[in-house]
Amino acid sequence: MSTRKRFDVVGKPRRRVDGRSKVTGLTKFADDVVLPRMLHAKMLRSPHPHARIDAIDVSRAEQHPGVHLVLTGRDFPVSFGIMPVSQDEFPLAPERVRYVGDPVAAVIAKDEQTASEALDLIEVKYTPLQTIATPEEALAHPEARIHEYGEHGNIHRIQAYEFGDVEEALAKSDHVFEDLFFFQGNTHLPIEQHASVAAVDGEGKLTLWSSTQVPHYIHRALARALQVNAAHIRVIACPNGGGFGGKCDLHNHEIVVSRAAMRLGRPVKICLTREEVFYMHRGRHPVLMKFRTGVMNDGKITGMHLQTLLDGGGYGSYGAASTFYTGVLQPVSYELPRFKFDACRTFTNKPPCGPKRGHGTPQPRFGQEVQLDKIAEKLRIDPAELRLNMVAKPNSLTANWLRIGSIGLAECIRRVVDISGWKDKHRKLPEGRGLGLACGAYMSGAGLPIYWNKMPHSGVQLLLDRSGQVTVFCGATEIGQGSDDVLAAIVAEVLGIDAFDVRCVTGDTGLTPIDLGSYSSRVTVMMGNAAIQAAERLREVLAEAAAEHLEVSPERIVLAQGRAFLAEDPGRGISFRETVELAEAKHGTLGSVGSYSPPRAPARYKGGGVGPSPAYSYTACVVEVAVDAATGWITVPRVWIAHDIGRAINPVSVRGQVEGSVYMGLGEALMEEQVFRRLPPKLSGALVHKIPSLLEYKSLTSLDMPEVETVLIEDPDPNCPFGAKEVGQGPLLPVMPAVANAVWDAVGVRIDEVPITPDKVLRALERKAKGENPRVGPESFPAVPYPEPICVAPPWEGGDGNASKEKRKAPARKLEGMAAS
Amino acid sequence: MMRLPWFRHHAPDTLAEAARILAGEGPNAMLIAGGTDLLPNMKRRHQSPSALISLARVEGLKNISNGSGGNGEMRLGAGLTLSDVVHCAAVREKYAGLYQAAAQVATTHLRNMGTLGGNLCLDTRCNYYNQNYEWRKAIDFCMKKDGDICWVATASKRCVAVSSTDTAPALIALGAKVRLFSATGEREVTVADLYNNDGMDYLTRRPDEILTSVLLPAASGWNSSYWKLRRRGAFDFPVLGVAAAVKTASDGTVEEARIALGAVASRPFLVEKAGGLLVGKALTDDAIAEAGALVASRAKPMDNADLDIYWRKGVVSSFVGYALREIRGDDMRVTRLRIARHAL
Repeated sequence: MSTRKRFDVVGKPRRRVDGRSKVTGLTKFADDVVLPRMLHAKMLRSPHPHARIDAIDVSRAEQHPGVHLVLTGRDFPVSFGIMPVSQDEFPLAPERVRYVGDPVAAVIAKDEQTASEALDLIEVKYTPLQTIATPEEALAHPEARIHEYGEHGNIHRIQAYEFGDVEEALAKSDHVFEDLFFFQGNTHLPIEQHASVAAVDGEGKLTLWSSTQVPHYIHRALARALQVNAAHIRVIACPNGGGFGGKCDLHNHEIVVSRAAMRLGRPVKICLTREEVFYMHRGRHPVLMKFRTGVMNDGKITGMHLQTLLDGGGYGSYGAASTFYTGVLQPVSYELPRFKFDACRTFTNKPPCGPKRGHGTPQPRFGQEVQLDKIAEKLRIDPAELRLNMVAKPNSLTANWLRIGSIGLAECIRRVVDISGWKDKHRKLPEGRGLGLACGAYMSGAGLPIYWNKMPHSGVQLLLDRSGQVTVFCGATEIGQGSDDVLAAIVAEVLGIDAFDVRCVTGDTGLTPIDLGSYSSRVTVMMGNAAIQAAERLREVLAEAAAEHLEVSPERIVLAQGRAFLAEDPGRGISFRETVELAEAKHGTLGSVGSYSPPRAPARYKGGGVGPSPAYSYTACVVEVAVDAATGWITVPRVWIAHDIGRAINPVSVRGQVEGSVYMGLGEALMEEQVFRRLPPKLSGALVHKIPSLLEYKSLTSLDMPEVETVLIEDPDPNCPFGAKEVGQGPLLPVMPAVANAVWDAVGVRIDEVPITPDKVLRALERKAKGENPRVGPESFPAVPYPEPICVAPPWEGGDGNASKEKRKAPARKLEGMAAS
Repeated sequence: MMRLPWFRHHAPDTLAEAARILAGEGPNAMLIAGGTDLLPNMKRRHQSPSALISLARVEGLKNISNGSGGNGEMRLGAGLTLSDVVHCAAVREKYAGLYQAAAQVATTHLRNMGTLGGNLCLDTRCNYYNQNYEWRKAIDFCMKKDGDICWVATASKRCVAVSSTDTAPALIALGAKVRLFSATGEREVTVADLYNNDGMDYLTRRPDEILTSVLLPAASGWNSSYWKLRRRGAFDFPVLGVAAAVKTASDGTVEEARIALGAVASRPFLVEKAGGLLVGKALTDDAIAEAGALVASRAKPMDNADLDIYWRKGVVSSFVGYALREIRGDDMRVTRLRIARHAL
């Protein structure tokens, strides 16, 4: 990497390289793909939450004028699923439906209207089965079993880990805090509804244009689902109109249009309705949590026992990973000497949950940060001081063997405390107004891919030619987060040209080297490092050619501002284009590749692959609320947020991501909920999404957004390109608990669940007025049959990262000195 | 995306022609003005009219006559968009409650299309009904469309879908009337009498009648106010609308008063006795609280709209208080910003 300190592109606030086409409506999304002779697909979906399919009669639909093809489960013998361990879905259900909205048949017709009409002509005979509506019901009723695989009954995943003897740590603590929290499920709500177009070329090879964040995973999974040679499939990820994790699965409709296009030899398109997007879901898991946390009088934590219970919905999706994420990142923010984590994911007859921005971590983060507020209150310590006193150390290992590199959390806390006027306002504002503080942490990319392999996580290819044209190829996917801009900026910085002069070709498995996709906040770090490697390799070639021409040694050449020149004599130089010409004359066609694999994680125990990351980002947030005591009405006038970005590649984009996170976080905190309605069994017994519409599923409008003051903390991380960490997900995390803590500061009530709605606040205020516990939240945690834990000694208790053979009845160990790695 | 069903489309130029086509097409025809309510509903197959008769070109439906009769009355054409109403200076000055109601309907874009008449004739709403065809099929439909039962109140013989118009309660409090025109004649009814408390048969307008204008009585001595409860600062239908109009003497004594509620029944309605309770008194905190308690007792929110129903009922008296205090002259700007998220 260049040792030049001064940057020309990186760190400068710039218009995004794709900004103009976005705001002028010229970006081509998947639904904008229109091909000659294109047909249209619609899918028939189950009206039952849980039923056996006895018979499907498609004959009338097939005869409907304008219908070309009707597909059912019989056309798709192979199951699929995004994770190798959860191959539990079918493109069209062959014999069982598991939620209202599960697809059972598809019609391909000359237009959408005709296809919709024909759906009504398909006759499906169902035998309803018992509906499992909640995790509690799933635990109580192993039958009717929703899936034949999984742990047992309706438990999909159940696991337990113990990093040091937590019971012993709690017993020796000055205080033990026990709290229950509930985080309601919510959905991604991308403005772009999922769309796909499939077409086969004259040789029978398939191309799929789709709204997807993960073209490489889709490519692999689609080849398996269709039983087609992957070399004959090309997946093009169109720019996404928002993803947030909702476009990370292979979806039923993608396989259906692909099969239909292959069968008919004509392009086939589908665009989901908003209702169908709610049914695809894969959003935030509802999670019930129990925290038992030991604390010393100075506020330091001695150990934490966290139990989580997830409502997974009808299929696996990324649930196996989500289950881990409801705990594994807890130790990366604050010193946590011992940690026990039990998790359980159940199947229920609802749309499947999966990854949503923050994937599994916002729920336990909410619990932890609200509990810390309670601890601070009880111990009469300022909540900011409490946290500052135990921020994890840089370059350390956590109890569960995650390696922390840089950590800017303390600086984030200091800055939000400063700009919000925290010290003058917290616990000092008049009744009805309050400030709440919370923090968060997130991965800059998952350390492991979703399928086992030893290959790089991201590849970048560069092509230069004598016109001075620079084209960069990468499988990374532009989902609105600005990955094309990061890619162009990094290449431009290294080659010393303008970002607008770099052409990005991305997210196309037929043209671009593999990048695993836009999830887990991995793109800037992984694609960026690969891009630096590719660009550095070409920079060397260019510098050499320029040096030869200028008759100096290559180390003296600087590439910047579209020129190659002498470091000590900038006037002596040639243009970038001339440099490329000289290099092409010398070496022939100019190209280079770069790739990136994350560092190997220190954890050696089974399951230790979830959580490691090249770098963690940190955020601190202060939220101000005003609460009306008569109605419980909540207003958020202001939010201050500081994010440890490492380095901002494009500060405008970074701030946009932070503000977008605040927007989404306030929605989750105050109103968003993916909720269901169960009708009495003697009537229809249906379990339906209560409000599958953009109008009635409430998320903030622009009028509801507060003023947001954003501070970026830049402490470059050596593992990251130019030091840049993630920003797409981390800043969401502290928002929800900060709102809950602010409500406490304003009116002295605890809402231990989200969303925090005015009716809950009013109920808690009424309890307070009666002298009862001024709290609304879950009252009990069911008996979950967690297994005996896998015991792994923390680094400071003599561990080596492996699980011990049996549960250690270790003698008391000193808890001091745990921070060093 | 969801597609509209097929229909015939008429675009007459005159009221007489519109009325003649409407009568000729029979009850399967519907009128369309802005279409902001009707077209999405048609996509969900709530209505599948064989013909739509557009009022967009009909002359005279956008007229405003302000006190031309010399009696201080004002007549607003039903075809005025809600934005037209919001930007009408005379409405803002004389009928603040109507202005505040119109300004809080949906979003700017929808107000630019949606009309005053359309808002008055707005279909009743229910979250068992405002769903697409497939969703409703999954619950085996409801009595308002394609089914037999009311899922909100399974023992109910009538549909309890909720009236969701903002302008109607404001106009009821103002004592307004509407004019209905048909091929066989013309009549005027009070806005309050335009509605039935029935989620299906919610209008007393006959299928062959066209709502052509709204007549507002003279505003002299009156002050009015409208407060809307909805989750967000834009976009949402009301889950409670409180409209108040009060005529006071120079010493502040109430001479006449009306309080109307929206979104807590299948019709907007005048709260009987609430006005009488205030007459002869000043708008003191006590009088306001007393009126608030009475009005709250009449609100019967159902579990078919956003937010918790007990909470919605619980906050009615607070909203009555906001309206009456604003009329009294209190500075309600901070509260208004917190509730409406924008100044009104």
